[in-house]
Amino acid sequence: MTPATWLHFAAATLLAGVPALASAQELNLYTTREPGLVQPLLDAFTAQSGVKVNTIFLKDGLTERVGQEGDKSPADVLMTVDFGKLVELVDLGMTQPVTSDALTAAIPAHLRDPGGNWFALSLRARVLYAAKDLDLTEFHYEQLADPEWQGRVCIRSGQHPYNVALISSYIAHHGEAAAEEWLTGVKGNLARKAGGGDRDVARDIMGGICDIGIANSYYMGQMLSGNGGPEQIEWANAVKMIYPTFENGGTQVNITGAAVAKYAPNPEQAVQLLEYLVSPEAQKIYAEANFEHPLDPQVEVSELIGQFGTLVPDEMPLTEINTHRAAASALAEKVGFDN
Amino acid sequence: MTLADPHIQSRTFRPGSPLPRPVRRRLRPLWSAGAVAVAALVCLPVLSLVVIALGGGLSLWPHLLANVLPVALQDTALLLGGVGLMTVTIGTATAWLVSAYDFPGRRLMEWALLLPLAVPTYIVAYAYLDILHPVGPVQTAIREVLGYASPRDLRLWDVRSMTGCILLLGLVLYPYVYLTTRAMFLTQAANVIEAARTLGTPRGRVFLRVALPMARPAIVVGLSLVLMETLNDIGASEFLGARTITIAVYNTWVNRSDLPGAAQLSLVMLVIVAGTVMLERWARRSQRYASSVQRPRPMAPVRLRGLPAGAALLACVLPVIFGFVAPALYLVDQAWARISFAGISPRIWAEAGNTLGLALIASAVVIAAGLLVGFAARLRPGAVTTGAARLSTIGYALPGTVLAIGLLPPVLAVDHLLDDTALALFGSGIGLVMMGSGAALAYALAVRFMAISTGGLESGLARIPSSLDQAARTLGQRPAGMLRLIHLPLSKTAIAAAALLVFVDCVKELPATLLLRPLNFETLATHLYGEAARGTYEEAAIAALIIVLVGMLPVALLARVGRSPGR
Repeated sequence: MTPATWLHFAAATLLAGVPALASAQELNLYTTREPGLVQPLLDAFTAQSGVKVNTIFLKDGLTERVGQEGDKSPADVLMTVDFGKLVELVDLGMTQPVTSDALTAAIPAHLRDPGGNWFALSLRARVLYAAKDLDLTEFHYEQLADPEWQGRVCIRSGQHPYNVALISSYIAHHGEAAAEEWLTGVKGNLARKAGGGDRDVARDIMGGICDIGIANSYYMGQMLSGNGGPEQIEWANAVKMIYPTFENGGTQVNITGAAVAKYAPNPEQAVQLLEYLVSPEAQKIYAEANFEHPLDPQVEVSELIGQFGTLVPDEMPLTEINTHRAAASALAEKVGFDN
Repeated sequence: MTLADPHIQSRTFRPGSPLPRPVRRRLRPLWSAGAVAVAALVCLPVLSLVVIALGGGLSLWPHLLANVLPVALQDTALLLGGVGLMTVTIGTATAWLVSAYDFPGRRLMEWALLLPLAVPTYIVAYAYLDILHPVGPVQTAIREVLGYASPRDLRLWDVRSMTGCILLLGLVLYPYVYLTTRAMFLTQAANVIEAARTLGTPRGRVFLRVALPMARPAIVVGLSLVLMETLNDIGASEFLGARTITIAVYNTWVNRSDLPGAAQLSLVMLVIVAGTVMLERWARRSQRYASSVQRPRPMAPVRLRGLPAGAALLACVLPVIFGFVAPALYLVDQAWARISFAGISPRIWAEAGNTLGLALIASAVVIAAGLLVGFAARLRPGAVTTGAARLSTIGYALPGTVLAIGLLPPVLAVDHLLDDTALALFGSGIGLVMMGSGAALAYALAVRFMAISTGGLESGLARIPSSLDQAARTLGQRPAGMLRLIHLPLSKTAIAAAALLVFVDCVKELPATLLLRPLNFETLATHLYGEAARGTYEEAAIAALIIVLVGMLPVALLARVGRSPGR
């Protein structure tokens, strides 16, 4: 043995803060969702059920890690912020089917896997932020490519999952050739390089760099809430939020969702958590604390979001949209969207 | 001497005596075997990437060649060239100023110039975007002075550009060059430079004609650390819009879900990096860099007064202000706003503890392994030990995320084996021990930062005259005793310097930590990332500030280490 390996073992002993195997009243959550956004929900779940939730936030590499951990993986619940990543887990056989009346009752059929492998937990709309004084009340995604907006559009990287999902939707609605033409047009309209985050759209509009931009709906609520500091309230106040639609459809939505891991050591607790997350109580937390759209249109969204109108989600099935992901990502590279 | 080119070793004692014939020849293979084992452990994730790469077809390449690589190569070249030029200019110029001249504030600047090392690239990018954004303090002030009401009326430069990326990375990475070059000036240059002076060469020309060429190996070592950091940076590059190859690797993996393709691309990158390193060595093959066997004499600095002194001070102060003071003050301001509003979350202390513990363990592993490799190469110079030393640095040439992905299969294979064995022996499993305990993470950090340790320790050992080895052998010491009694005490400066650099890097490391850490285990960097990802920058600022503070401590120590010349 080399000193290196000896020290690795020393490291193993010293760093062992968490037992690898959870006891019966624990459950392990692997999530691509920022911990600050899930924690309020998990705390409420633990308070109600007595089940302790161990978490790890894995931005990328969730599938690789779970895959390599294989049948010994401690993961019980896998949670993602993007539909594509969720389906990927299912396709790779990393999930197990769940039958639960509570889940089927709470989640509309098109927002869960008929086979019970994945479930949506909340909706997030891809919307338009526009300078407040702009004379604009409605918008079609198709218009983003109009010459009218030349040098006036801000958006994050075309490779970001949120934009890949939007481009996939566009392909699903209009076909790949039209999508390429559109994306080229949008690229030509950019006021700055595609990049940064969704909040930067509001900040850059305030900073006079652009007039309109695409971002997710809940960021508006988060900025307005002041959770990100007083400056973000100013950014948000510089813009208004418009729910754009496809000319032949509604507003593009993505989901946060979850699945029970195939080798979950605590499958019962895992289902218990999922059932909690779709309960009216948890859905209200999603709406009020995270500013997302609840699964049930009857549950009210936060007032901060509600003031901008009502979301009419596009009816194109998520599974159909998802088939165009690879093409969408390749298209973004082909038109040099981020260059 | 801190980090200098290991190459010095083989040149140093020429045409002096070769190492003495071994008294106990049979012991040497043990050291060589140890070095080979370290190299193998480092290469393991790379090999697993090769396996992953071979698992996919080549269907990705036409698309890459047509749409991705032209821009990626151009941006990568621009970024590397720009950052390289900037860091070498700032690093060597300031190192020369504080070594060859004396001016008011020099003692302070000597260590203050290292401070930007404590600021991770992703933090400097976040901070400067806020500071320089149209709605940030700088542009707002400019508008007020010039009487513009709205940012729409006055468009100024946007930091989110290639130029911005080069400037920001250069500002926090130049200390690598400064550190290695200054050590060279301190310990090597005095005699030759004074000889040049005696012959009537003016100081400015001495710098260009004598000091700079002599410092080339040190500059190259510092520069290569800079270029690796730049090449593997994802956070700042993506944030500022540079489309590097690393970003292409990342996109291929994450957004195209094409891991084999991403592995292929990153291996191609690795080959290019390794080729460049070898090319530089080859270009330098006929040069000799002799070091004095006696305790080196520091250069006698020339005292500057008046305007020149002010100019020298200014040249040293500016990089520190832009690379450290401005972002640090910004973080203090942001953190203060948060603390006065919501207090400090108790979690952050636990995270600081995790960060320190992890960095300490990883640094210890890296230094121990580096010593093993370096000492083996000294005991038995040859293809095997030299090869092991080169291979042990390979982890630095891969992006942290890619390295972590490569590490998963072998680590988990071991974990499964251990668990199965425990099941068979005791009837109950032990779970995934390496992943669950953080050992996998410590391993990853060790692999990643071995380059810093191997380079520094090899050259540190090289400065110890071989006559001491011979004497020890004659007196009957075995290699282990020699190491303990002679080489460890005599190279402690180099060891300390390497350990401190590795430590700072471990504290700042993000991508591998993010992927390989155990459940419920957060470091300051992962916490910061989580907060920044959901846009609560003020909360993130507290973590960022602590990272910078934690990083400052070893940096201050590093300056002390570097100041005492010699070993």
